[in-house]
Amino acid sequence: MRASEITPRPVYEDRRRLLQGWGAAALGAIGAPSVWAQSTRPGVLAPLDARKSTVAGAMSMDKPTRYQDASSYNNFYEFGTDKADPARNAHTLKTTPWAVEVGGLVKKPATFGLEDLLKLSPMEERIYRLRCVEGWSMVIPWVGYSLVELIKRVEPLGNAKYVEFLTLADPKTMPFVGSRTLDWPYAEGLRLDEARHPLTLLAFGMYGEVMPKQNGAPVRLVVPWKYGFKSAKSIVKIRFTENQPGTAWNKAAANEYGFYSNVNPKVDHPRWSQATERRIGEDGLFDKRRKTLMFNGYEPEVGQLYAGMDLQKFY
Amino acid sequence: MLAAAPRMSVNRWLSARAVKPLVFVLALVPMGYLLFGAVTGQLGPNPAEALVRSSGDWTLRFLCVALAVTPVRLSLGLAPLARLRRMLGLFVFFYAVLHFLAYSWLDKGMEFSEIAVDIAKRPFILVGFVSLLLLSMLAATSWNGAVRRLGALRWQRLHRAVYLIAGLAILHFFWMRAAKNNFAEVAVYAAILGALLGWRVLHRWRNRQLPSGRSS
Repeated sequence: MRASEITPRPVYEDRRRLLQGWGAAALGAIGAPSVWAQSTRPGVLAPLDARKSTVAGAMSMDKPTRYQDASSYNNFYEFGTDKADPARNAHTLKTTPWAVEVGGLVKKPATFGLEDLLKLSPMEERIYRLRCVEGWSMVIPWVGYSLVELIKRVEPLGNAKYVEFLTLADPKTMPFVGSRTLDWPYAEGLRLDEARHPLTLLAFGMYGEVMPKQNGAPVRLVVPWKYGFKSAKSIVKIRFTENQPGTAWNKAAANEYGFYSNVNPKVDHPRWSQATERRIGEDGLFDKRRKTLMFNGYEPEVGQLYAGMDLQKFY
Repeated sequence: MLAAAPRMSVNRWLSARAVKPLVFVLALVPMGYLLFGAVTGQLGPNPAEALVRSSGDWTLRFLCVALAVTPVRLSLGLAPLARLRRMLGLFVFFYAVLHFLAYSWLDKGMEFSEIAVDIAKRPFILVGFVSLLLLSMLAATSWNGAVRRLGALRWQRLHRAVYLIAGLAILHFFWMRAAKNNFAEVAVYAAILGALLGWRVLHRWRNRQLPSGRSS
Protein backbone atom coordinates (compact mmCIF):
# COMPACT_ATOMS: atom_id res chain seq x y z
CA MET A 1 0.00 0.00 0.00
CA ARG A 2 1.36 3.40 -0.88
CA ALA A 3 1.51 6.03 1.83
CA SER A 4 -0.58 8.35 -0.33
CA GLU A 5 -3.45 5.87 -0.27
CA ILE A 6 -4.01 6.26 3.46
CA THR A 7 -5.52 9.73 3.32
CA PRO A 8 -7.60 10.43 0.23
CA ARG A 9 -6.46 13.56 -1.56
CA PRO A 10 -9.77 15.49 -1.17
CA VAL A 11 -9.65 14.90 2.58
CA TYR A 12 -6.23 16.34 3.15
CA GLU A 13 -6.82 19.10 0.67
CA ASP A 14 -9.93 20.12 2.59
CA ARG A 15 -7.99 19.89 5.82
CA ARG A 16 -5.31 22.13 4.40
CA ARG A 17 -7.84 24.65 3.19
CA LEU A 18 -9.48 24.65 6.62
CA LEU A 19 -6.17 25.22 8.39
CA GLN A 20 -5.28 28.01 6.01
CA GLY A 21 -8.71 29.51 6.60
CA TRP A 22 -7.93 29.88 10.28
CA GLY A 23 -4.95 31.92 9.26
CA ALA A 24 -1.64 32.66 10.86
CA ALA A 25 -3.18 34.84 13.56
CA ALA A 26 -5.09 32.01 15.21
CA LEU A 27 -2.19 29.58 15.05
CA GLY A 28 0.59 31.95 15.97
CA ALA A 29 3.97 32.20 14.34
CA ILE A 30 4.67 28.47 14.70
CA GLY A 31 2.34 27.31 11.94
CA ALA A 32 0.26 24.17 11.74
CA PRO A 33 1.83 20.76 11.21
CA SER A 34 2.78 20.06 7.62
CA VAL A 35 0.24 18.20 5.54
CA TRP A 36 3.12 16.20 4.15
CA ALA A 37 4.17 15.20 7.67
CA GLN A 38 3.02 11.60 7.61
CA SER A 39 0.18 10.48 5.49
CA THR A 40 1.19 11.90 2.15
CA ARG A 41 4.95 11.50 2.12
CA PRO A 42 6.20 9.75 -0.98
CA GLY A 43 8.19 7.36 1.19
CA VAL A 44 11.26 7.55 -1.04
CA LEU A 45 13.79 9.43 1.10
CA ALA A 46 14.32 10.30 4.77
CA PRO A 47 11.53 12.41 6.30
CA LEU A 48 12.17 16.08 7.06
CA ASP A 49 9.64 17.52 9.47
CA ALA A 50 8.33 21.03 9.01
CA ARG A 51 5.55 23.34 10.09
CA LYS A 52 3.37 25.15 7.62
CA SER A 53 4.88 28.51 6.79
CA THR A 54 3.15 31.67 7.93
CA VAL A 55 5.03 33.88 5.47
CA ALA A 56 2.61 35.82 3.26
CA GLY A 57 2.10 34.10 -0.10
CA ALA A 58 4.06 31.00 0.92
CA MET A 59 1.18 28.51 0.76
CA SER A 60 -0.16 28.26 -2.77
CA MET A 61 -3.62 26.74 -3.01
CA ASP A 62 -2.77 25.12 -6.35
CA LYS A 63 -2.71 21.36 -6.43
CA PRO A 64 0.84 20.08 -5.86
CA THR A 65 2.52 18.32 -8.75
CA ARG A 66 2.95 14.56 -8.40
CA TYR A 67 6.22 13.72 -6.62
CA GLN A 68 7.01 11.31 -9.43
CA ASP A 69 6.90 14.16 -11.98
CA ALA A 70 8.70 16.70 -9.78
CA SER A 71 11.55 14.26 -9.20
CA SER A 72 11.90 12.91 -12.75
CA TYR A 73 11.56 16.01 -14.97
CA ASN A 74 14.48 18.22 -14.02
CA ASN A 75 16.92 20.69 -15.45
CA PHE A 76 20.25 20.05 -13.72
CA TYR A 77 22.82 20.33 -16.47
CA GLU A 78 25.69 18.96 -14.39
CA PHE A 79 23.95 15.61 -14.87
CA GLY A 80 22.89 15.98 -18.52
CA THR A 81 20.77 18.23 -20.69
CA ASP A 82 17.79 15.93 -21.11
CA LYS A 83 15.18 16.36 -18.42
CA ALA A 84 15.23 12.65 -17.62
CA ASP A 85 19.05 12.70 -17.19
CA PRO A 86 19.32 14.12 -13.62
CA ALA A 87 17.05 11.43 -12.12
CA ARG A 88 19.15 8.84 -13.95
CA ASN A 89 22.61 10.24 -13.23
CA ALA A 90 22.48 12.21 -9.97
CA HIS A 91 22.84 9.16 -7.73
CA THR A 92 26.61 9.73 -7.85
CA LEU A 93 26.31 13.09 -6.07
CA LYS A 94 27.88 12.90 -2.60
CA THR A 95 25.86 15.07 -0.21
CA THR A 96 27.64 14.19 3.06
CA PRO A 97 29.76 15.77 4.30
CA TRP A 98 28.55 19.11 2.89
CA ALA A 99 29.48 22.63 3.77
CA VAL A 100 28.45 26.06 2.53
CA GLU A 101 31.06 28.79 2.67
CA VAL A 102 29.50 32.20 3.22
CA GLY A 103 31.75 35.20 2.70
CA GLY A 104 32.51 38.35 0.77
CA LEU A 105 31.27 41.66 2.11
CA VAL A 106 30.08 40.41 5.50
CA LYS A 107 31.14 41.08 9.07
CA LYS A 108 31.10 37.42 10.08
CA PRO A 109 32.15 35.12 7.23
CA ALA A 110 31.66 31.48 8.14
CA THR A 111 31.52 27.98 6.75
CA PHE A 112 28.36 26.18 7.76
CA GLY A 113 28.20 22.43 7.86
CA LEU A 114 24.95 20.94 6.62
CA GLU A 115 24.03 19.91 10.21
CA ASP A 116 24.43 23.55 11.34
CA LEU A 117 22.30 24.79 8.47
CA LEU A 118 19.54 22.27 9.25
CA LYS A 119 19.40 23.59 12.83
CA LEU A 120 19.81 27.28 12.02
CA SER A 121 16.10 28.05 11.86
CA PRO A 122 12.86 26.01 12.18
CA MET A 123 11.90 24.13 9.03
CA GLU A 124 8.84 25.45 7.21
CA GLU A 125 6.77 23.87 4.51
CA ARG A 126 6.03 26.20 1.59
CA ILE A 127 3.93 25.36 -1.42
CA TYR A 128 5.36 27.39 -4.29
CA ARG A 129 4.54 27.60 -7.94
CA LEU A 130 7.63 26.92 -10.05
CA ARG A 131 7.72 28.46 -13.53
CA CYS A 132 10.46 27.26 -15.85
CA VAL A 133 11.73 29.66 -18.50
CA GLU A 134 10.92 26.90 -21.03
CA GLY A 135 7.18 27.41 -20.55
CA TRP A 136 6.14 24.69 -18.12
CA SER A 137 5.27 24.93 -14.45
CA MET A 138 4.86 22.80 -11.33
CA VAL A 139 3.63 23.32 -7.77
CA ILE A 140 6.08 22.02 -5.17
CA PRO A 141 5.84 21.71 -1.40
CA TRP A 142 9.38 22.66 -0.36
CA VAL A 143 10.90 22.34 3.10
CA GLY A 144 13.31 25.02 4.32
CA TYR A 145 13.45 28.51 5.75
CA SER A 146 13.88 32.06 4.50
CA LEU A 147 17.40 32.74 3.23
CA VAL A 148 17.34 35.93 5.31
CA GLU A 149 17.81 33.78 8.44
CA LEU A 150 21.25 32.81 7.15
CA ILE A 151 21.97 36.34 5.92
CA LYS A 152 21.33 37.72 9.43
CA ARG A 153 23.99 35.43 10.92
CA VAL A 154 26.78 36.74 8.71
CA GLU A 155 25.83 40.44 8.92
CA PRO A 156 26.35 41.93 5.46
CA LEU A 157 28.41 45.14 5.30
CA GLY A 158 26.88 48.41 4.14
CA ASN A 159 28.44 48.18 0.67
CA ALA A 160 27.07 44.68 -0.03
CA LYS A 161 24.50 45.02 -2.83
CA TYR A 162 24.30 41.56 -4.37
CA VAL A 163 24.53 37.92 -3.36
CA GLU A 164 26.24 35.35 -5.53
CA PHE A 165 25.49 31.64 -5.29
CA LEU A 166 28.00 29.08 -6.52
CA THR A 167 27.06 25.47 -6.85
CA LEU A 168 29.08 22.26 -6.77
CA ALA A 169 31.11 21.48 -9.89
CA ASP A 170 32.72 18.11 -9.30
CA PRO A 171 33.69 16.40 -12.55
CA LYS A 172 34.14 13.11 -10.68
CA THR A 173 30.49 12.88 -9.63
CA MET A 174 28.84 15.17 -12.18
CA PRO A 175 29.35 13.70 -15.66
CA PHE A 176 28.45 16.83 -17.62
CA VAL A 177 30.62 19.33 -15.73
CA GLY A 178 33.13 20.25 -18.40
CA SER A 179 30.61 20.15 -21.23
CA ARG A 180 30.54 23.42 -23.14
CA THR A 181 26.90 24.20 -22.43
CA LEU A 182 27.66 26.51 -19.51
CA ASP A 183 30.54 27.92 -17.49
CA TRP A 184 31.12 25.79 -14.42
CA PRO A 185 30.51 26.10 -11.57
CA TYR A 186 26.91 27.13 -12.17
CA ALA A 187 26.59 30.65 -10.77
CA GLU A 188 23.48 32.55 -9.84
CA GLY A 189 22.82 35.87 -8.18
CA LEU A 190 20.22 38.07 -6.52
CA ARG A 191 20.07 41.66 -5.47
CA LEU A 192 20.47 41.83 -1.66
CA ASP A 193 16.88 43.03 -1.15
CA GLU A 194 15.63 40.10 -3.26
CA ALA A 195 17.77 37.70 -1.23
CA ARG A 196 16.37 39.16 2.00
CA HIS A 197 12.75 38.82 0.86
CA PRO A 198 10.96 36.32 3.14
CA LEU A 199 9.75 34.30 0.12
CA THR A 200 13.35 33.59 -0.94
CA LEU A 201 13.80 30.11 0.41
CA LEU A 202 16.83 28.07 1.37
CA ALA A 203 15.40 24.62 0.77
CA PHE A 204 16.54 21.28 2.20
CA GLY A 205 13.66 19.08 1.18
CA MET A 206 10.37 18.66 -0.62
CA TYR A 207 7.16 16.68 -0.06
CA GLY A 208 8.08 16.23 3.62
CA GLU A 209 11.34 14.47 2.80
CA VAL A 210 14.95 15.48 2.27
CA MET A 211 15.80 16.87 -1.16
CA PRO A 212 16.23 14.30 -3.94
CA LYS A 213 19.67 14.59 -5.54
CA GLN A 214 18.21 15.43 -8.94
CA ASN A 215 16.36 18.37 -7.37
CA GLY A 216 19.51 19.92 -5.90
CA ALA A 217 20.37 18.11 -2.68
CA PRO A 218 21.33 18.81 -0.01
CA VAL A 219 20.61 22.54 -0.09
CA ARG A 220 19.27 24.79 -2.83
CA LEU A 221 17.68 28.13 -3.40
CA VAL A 222 14.02 28.63 -4.36
CA VAL A 223 12.95 32.05 -5.65
CA PRO A 224 9.33 31.50 -6.67
CA TRP A 225 8.75 34.72 -8.63
CA LYS A 226 11.74 34.13 -10.92
CA TYR A 227 12.27 31.55 -13.65
CA GLY A 228 13.41 28.23 -12.25
CA PHE A 229 17.04 28.51 -13.34
CA LYS A 230 17.57 31.35 -10.83
CA SER A 231 17.05 28.83 -8.03
CA ALA A 232 20.55 27.37 -7.85
CA LYS A 233 20.92 23.74 -6.79
CA SER A 234 23.49 22.01 -4.56
CA ILE A 235 24.98 25.27 -3.26
CA VAL A 236 28.51 25.31 -1.85
CA LYS A 237 29.34 29.01 -1.71
CA ILE A 238 27.44 32.23 -1.02
CA ARG A 239 29.26 35.51 -1.55
CA PHE A 240 28.13 39.08 -0.85
CA THR A 241 29.36 41.55 -3.45
CA GLU A 242 29.14 45.19 -4.36
CA ASN A 243 28.85 44.59 -8.11
CA GLN A 244 26.26 42.53 -9.92
CA PRO A 245 27.70 39.00 -10.19
CA GLY A 246 27.82 37.13 -13.48
CA THR A 247 25.22 34.40 -13.79
CA ALA A 248 25.52 31.15 -15.74
CA TRP A 249 22.70 31.52 -18.27
CA ASN A 250 23.31 35.22 -18.75
CA LYS A 251 26.92 34.46 -19.67
CA ALA A 252 25.78 31.70 -22.05
CA ALA A 253 23.11 33.78 -23.87
CA ALA A 254 22.72 37.36 -22.64
CA ASN A 255 19.95 38.18 -25.13
CA GLU A 256 17.83 35.29 -23.84
CA TYR A 257 18.45 35.28 -20.09
CA GLY A 258 18.81 38.45 -18.03
CA PHE A 259 20.15 38.86 -14.50
CA TYR A 260 16.69 39.46 -13.05
CA SER A 261 14.73 36.82 -14.97
CA ASN A 262 11.52 37.62 -13.13
CA VAL A 263 8.55 35.66 -14.46
CA ASN A 264 6.93 38.14 -16.81
CA PRO A 265 4.25 37.21 -19.37
CA LYS A 266 4.91 40.44 -21.26
CA VAL A 267 8.59 39.88 -21.96
CA ASP A 268 9.03 37.05 -24.45
CA HIS A 269 11.98 34.77 -24.70
CA PRO A 270 13.46 35.41 -28.17
CA ARG A 271 12.43 31.92 -29.27
CA TRP A 272 9.05 31.59 -27.61
CA SER A 273 6.29 33.52 -25.89
CA GLN A 274 6.20 33.66 -22.09
CA ALA A 275 2.50 34.58 -21.98
CA THR A 276 1.33 31.05 -21.22
CA GLU A 277 2.56 27.90 -19.55
CA ARG A 278 1.74 24.22 -19.26
CA ARG A 279 1.23 22.87 -15.74
CA ILE A 280 2.97 19.49 -15.60
CA GLY A 281 0.66 16.57 -14.82
CA GLU A 282 -2.33 18.87 -14.54
CA ASP A 283 -3.16 20.30 -17.96
CA GLY A 284 -4.30 17.67 -20.44
CA LEU A 285 -2.50 17.24 -23.74
CA PHE A 286 -5.14 19.18 -25.68
CA ASP A 287 -5.99 21.73 -22.97
CA LYS A 288 -5.17 25.30 -23.72
CA ARG A 289 -2.03 26.46 -21.96
CA ARG A 290 -2.76 28.52 -18.87
CA LYS A 291 -1.90 32.21 -18.62
CA THR A 292 1.37 33.02 -16.91
CA LEU A 293 1.00 35.53 -14.08
CA MET A 294 3.21 38.56 -13.48
CA PHE A 295 5.97 37.58 -11.04
CA ASN A 296 4.46 34.08 -11.23
CA GLY A 297 1.51 35.31 -9.15
CA TYR A 298 3.71 36.74 -6.38
CA GLU A 299 3.21 40.37 -7.45
CA PRO A 300 1.46 41.39 -4.18
CA GLU A 301 4.48 40.18 -2.22
CA VAL A 302 7.40 41.19 -4.44
CA GLY A 303 6.11 43.86 -6.84
CA GLN A 304 7.47 46.71 -4.72
CA LEU A 305 11.03 45.40 -5.13
CA TYR A 306 10.88 46.54 -8.75
CA ALA A 307 8.93 49.78 -8.41
CA GLY A 308 9.98 52.21 -11.13
CA MET A 309 12.17 49.67 -12.96
CA ASP A 310 11.83 49.12 -16.70
CA LEU A 311 11.21 45.38 -16.71
CA GLN A 312 11.50 45.21 -20.52
CA LYS A 313 15.08 46.39 -20.14
CA PHE A 314 15.95 44.55 -16.93
CA TYR A 315 14.48 41.21 -17.97
CA MET B 1 29.27 -1.76 -55.74
CA LEU B 2 28.55 -5.09 -54.13
CA ALA B 3 29.97 -8.23 -55.69
CA ALA B 4 27.67 -9.64 -58.33
CA ALA B 5 26.35 -12.65 -56.43
CA PRO B 6 25.26 -10.98 -53.20
CA ARG B 7 24.02 -7.96 -55.16
CA MET B 8 21.74 -10.15 -57.20
CA SER B 9 20.27 -11.86 -54.19
CA VAL B 10 19.74 -8.56 -52.36
CA ASN B 11 18.11 -7.14 -55.47
CA ARG B 12 15.89 -10.15 -55.83
CA TRP B 13 14.80 -9.68 -52.24
CA LEU B 14 14.28 -5.92 -52.75
CA SER B 15 12.15 -6.60 -55.80
CA ALA B 16 9.69 -8.72 -53.81
CA ARG B 17 6.19 -7.35 -53.88
CA ALA B 18 5.97 -7.28 -50.08
CA VAL B 19 8.89 -4.84 -49.71
CA LYS B 20 7.01 -1.66 -50.43
CA PRO B 21 4.09 -2.34 -48.08
CA LEU B 22 6.59 -3.52 -45.48
CA VAL B 23 8.57 -0.26 -45.67
CA PHE B 24 5.27 1.65 -45.57
CA VAL B 25 4.23 -0.04 -42.34
CA LEU B 26 7.72 0.33 -40.83
CA ALA B 27 7.66 4.05 -41.60
CA LEU B 28 4.42 4.36 -39.63
CA VAL B 29 5.89 2.67 -36.55
CA PRO B 30 7.33 5.89 -35.03
CA MET B 31 3.95 7.60 -35.29
CA GLY B 32 2.19 4.57 -33.83
CA TYR B 33 4.68 4.51 -30.98
CA LEU B 34 4.13 8.20 -30.24
CA LEU B 35 0.34 7.93 -30.40
CA PHE B 36 0.34 4.85 -28.20
CA GLY B 37 2.60 6.66 -25.72
CA ALA B 38 0.34 9.72 -25.73
CA VAL B 39 -2.82 7.71 -25.14
CA THR B 40 -1.34 5.52 -22.41
CA GLY B 41 0.52 8.39 -20.72
CA GLN B 42 3.98 6.99 -21.34
CA LEU B 43 5.61 10.06 -22.86
CA GLY B 44 6.88 11.34 -19.50
CA PRO B 45 5.78 14.33 -17.44
CA ASN B 46 5.53 16.67 -20.45
CA PRO B 47 3.91 14.68 -23.27
CA ALA B 48 3.26 17.78 -25.41
CA GLU B 49 6.94 18.65 -25.50
CA ALA B 50 7.80 15.02 -26.20
CA LEU B 51 5.41 14.91 -29.18
CA VAL B 52 6.65 18.19 -30.70
CA ARG B 53 10.30 17.19 -30.33
CA SER B 54 10.00 13.57 -31.46
CA SER B 55 7.96 14.44 -34.54
CA GLY B 56 10.72 16.93 -35.47
CA ASP B 57 13.40 14.31 -34.87
CA TRP B 58 11.57 11.81 -37.09
CA THR B 59 11.23 14.37 -39.88
CA LEU B 60 15.00 14.79 -39.90
CA ARG B 61 15.57 11.04 -39.77
CA PHE B 62 13.27 10.38 -42.73
CA LEU B 63 14.93 13.22 -44.63
CA CYS B 64 18.27 11.47 -44.17
CA VAL B 65 16.81 8.12 -45.24
CA ALA B 66 15.04 9.55 -48.32
CA LEU B 67 18.19 11.37 -49.44
CA ALA B 68 20.28 8.24 -48.88
CA VAL B 69 18.25 6.16 -51.35
CA THR B 70 19.99 7.33 -54.52
CA PRO B 71 23.60 7.25 -53.22
CA VAL B 72 23.04 3.76 -51.78
CA ARG B 73 21.29 2.57 -54.92
CA LEU B 74 24.04 3.77 -57.25
CA SER B 75 27.08 2.96 -55.17
CA LEU B 76 25.90 -0.53 -54.21
CA GLY B 77 24.11 -1.24 -57.46
CA LEU B 78 20.74 -1.84 -55.80
CA ALA B 79 18.45 -0.66 -58.58
CA PRO B 80 15.13 -1.80 -56.99
CA LEU B 81 15.62 0.77 -54.20
CA ALA B 82 14.48 3.45 -56.66
CA ARG B 83 10.85 2.48 -56.25
CA LEU B 84 10.99 3.26 -52.51
CA ARG B 85 12.28 6.80 -52.95
CA ARG B 86 9.02 8.65 -53.53
CA MET B 87 7.29 6.94 -50.64
CA LEU B 88 10.14 7.75 -48.26
CA GLY B 89 10.12 11.35 -49.48
CA LEU B 90 6.41 11.57 -48.76
CA PHE B 91 7.06 10.27 -45.24
CA VAL B 92 9.40 13.25 -44.69
CA PHE B 93 6.42 15.44 -45.54
CA PHE B 94 4.13 13.31 -43.37
CA TYR B 95 6.30 13.70 -40.26
CA ALA B 96 6.85 17.39 -40.98
CA VAL B 97 3.07 17.86 -41.03
CA LEU B 98 2.76 15.94 -37.75
CA HIS B 99 5.49 18.17 -36.27
CA PHE B 100 3.66 21.32 -37.39
CA LEU B 101 0.33 19.93 -36.14
CA ALA B 102 1.82 19.06 -32.74
CA TYR B 103 3.25 22.58 -32.45
CA SER B 104 0.06 24.32 -33.64
CA TRP B 105 -2.26 22.25 -31.55
CA LEU B 106 -0.35 21.49 -28.36
CA ASP B 107 1.71 24.68 -28.11
CA LYS B 108 -0.58 27.18 -29.78
CA GLY B 109 -4.03 25.72 -29.17
CA MET B 110 -4.81 25.97 -32.90
CA GLU B 111 -5.00 29.77 -32.63
CA PHE B 112 -4.05 30.82 -36.12
CA SER B 113 -3.39 34.44 -35.20
CA GLU B 114 -0.87 33.28 -32.58
CA ILE B 115 0.79 30.91 -35.02
CA ALA B 116 1.06 33.72 -37.57
CA VAL B 117 2.61 36.06 -34.98
CA ASP B 118 5.06 33.33 -33.99
CA ILE B 119 6.11 32.75 -37.60
CA ALA B 120 6.57 36.46 -38.23
CA LYS B 121 8.41 37.13 -35.00
CA ARG B 122 10.79 34.20 -34.64
CA PRO B 123 13.31 33.30 -37.36
CA PHE B 124 13.61 29.78 -35.96
CA ILE B 125 9.88 29.16 -36.48
CA LEU B 126 9.90 30.94 -39.85
CA VAL B 127 12.66 28.71 -41.17
CA GLY B 128 10.74 25.61 -40.09
CA PHE B 129 7.57 26.91 -41.70
CA VAL B 130 9.30 27.73 -45.00
CA SER B 131 10.74 24.21 -45.15
CA LEU B 132 7.24 22.84 -44.60
CA LEU B 133 5.88 24.98 -47.47
CA LEU B 134 8.67 23.79 -49.76
CA LEU B 135 8.05 20.20 -48.73
CA SER B 136 4.34 20.53 -49.53
CA MET B 137 5.28 21.79 -52.98
CA LEU B 138 7.36 18.69 -53.55
CA ALA B 139 4.64 16.44 -52.13
CA ALA B 140 2.05 18.07 -54.40
CA THR B 141 4.18 17.34 -57.46
CA SER B 142 5.16 13.84 -56.44
CA TRP B 143 2.66 11.95 -58.63
CA ASN B 144 3.56 10.63 -62.09
CA GLY B 145 1.26 13.06 -63.87
CA ALA B 146 3.10 16.00 -62.34
CA VAL B 147 6.38 14.81 -63.85
CA ARG B 148 4.71 14.59 -67.28
CA ARG B 149 3.05 17.99 -67.00
CA LEU B 150 6.13 19.80 -65.72
CA GLY B 151 8.52 17.95 -68.01
CA ALA B 152 11.26 15.84 -66.50
CA LEU B 153 13.87 18.60 -66.49
CA ARG B 154 11.72 21.20 -64.79
CA TRP B 155 10.41 18.60 -62.34
CA GLN B 156 13.94 17.60 -61.42
CA ARG B 157 14.98 21.21 -60.94
CA LEU B 158 11.99 21.82 -58.68
CA HIS B 159 12.75 18.75 -56.62
CA ARG B 160 16.31 19.87 -56.05
CA ALA B 161 14.65 22.17 -53.49
CA VAL B 162 15.09 19.22 -51.15
CA TYR B 163 18.68 20.36 -50.56
CA LEU B 164 17.43 23.78 -49.55
CA ILE B 165 14.90 22.07 -47.29
CA ALA B 166 17.67 20.01 -45.71
CA GLY B 167 19.69 23.17 -45.06
CA LEU B 168 16.71 25.00 -43.56
CA ALA B 169 15.79 22.01 -41.39
CA ILE B 170 19.32 21.91 -39.98
CA LEU B 171 19.22 25.67 -39.36
CA HIS B 172 15.86 25.30 -37.59
CA PHE B 173 17.29 22.58 -35.35
CA PHE B 174 20.54 24.50 -34.83
CA TRP B 175 18.72 27.63 -33.65
CA MET B 176 16.60 25.52 -31.32
CA ARG B 177 19.71 24.15 -29.66
CA ALA B 178 21.92 27.23 -30.02
CA ALA B 179 21.30 28.82 -26.62
CA LYS B 180 22.30 25.65 -24.84
CA ASN B 181 25.45 25.21 -26.94
CA ASN B 182 24.18 21.72 -27.41
CA PHE B 183 25.14 20.90 -30.96
CA ALA B 184 26.07 17.23 -30.81
CA GLU B 185 22.83 15.98 -32.38
CA VAL B 186 22.64 18.87 -34.82
CA ALA B 187 26.18 18.04 -35.96
CA VAL B 188 25.27 14.39 -36.57
CA TYR B 189 22.33 15.29 -38.83
CA ALA B 190 24.35 18.02 -40.57
CA ALA B 191 27.18 15.56 -41.21
CA ILE B 192 24.83 12.92 -42.66
CA LEU B 193 22.99 15.37 -44.89
CA GLY B 194 26.27 17.06 -45.85
CA ALA B 195 27.79 13.70 -46.81
CA LEU B 196 24.73 12.79 -48.92
CA LEU B 197 24.89 16.11 -50.74
CA GLY B 198 28.68 15.81 -51.08
CA TRP B 199 28.28 12.38 -52.64
CA ARG B 200 25.95 13.85 -55.29
CA VAL B 201 28.34 16.68 -56.14
CA LEU B 202 31.19 14.22 -56.45
CA HIS B 203 29.05 11.84 -58.48
CA ARG B 204 28.10 14.53 -61.00
CA TRP B 205 31.64 15.77 -61.29
CA ARG B 206 32.94 12.26 -61.92
CA ASN B 207 30.31 11.63 -64.56
CA ARG B 208 31.41 14.76 -66.40
CA GLN B 209 34.96 13.39 -66.50
CA LEU B 210 33.76 10.23 -68.19
CA PRO B 211 33.31 10.08 -71.95
CA SER B 212 29.67 10.50 -72.89
CA GLY B 213 27.45 7.45 -73.03
CA ARG B 214 29.01 5.86 -69.96
CA SER B 215 27.69 6.17 -66.51
CA SER B 216 28.68 4.63 -63.19
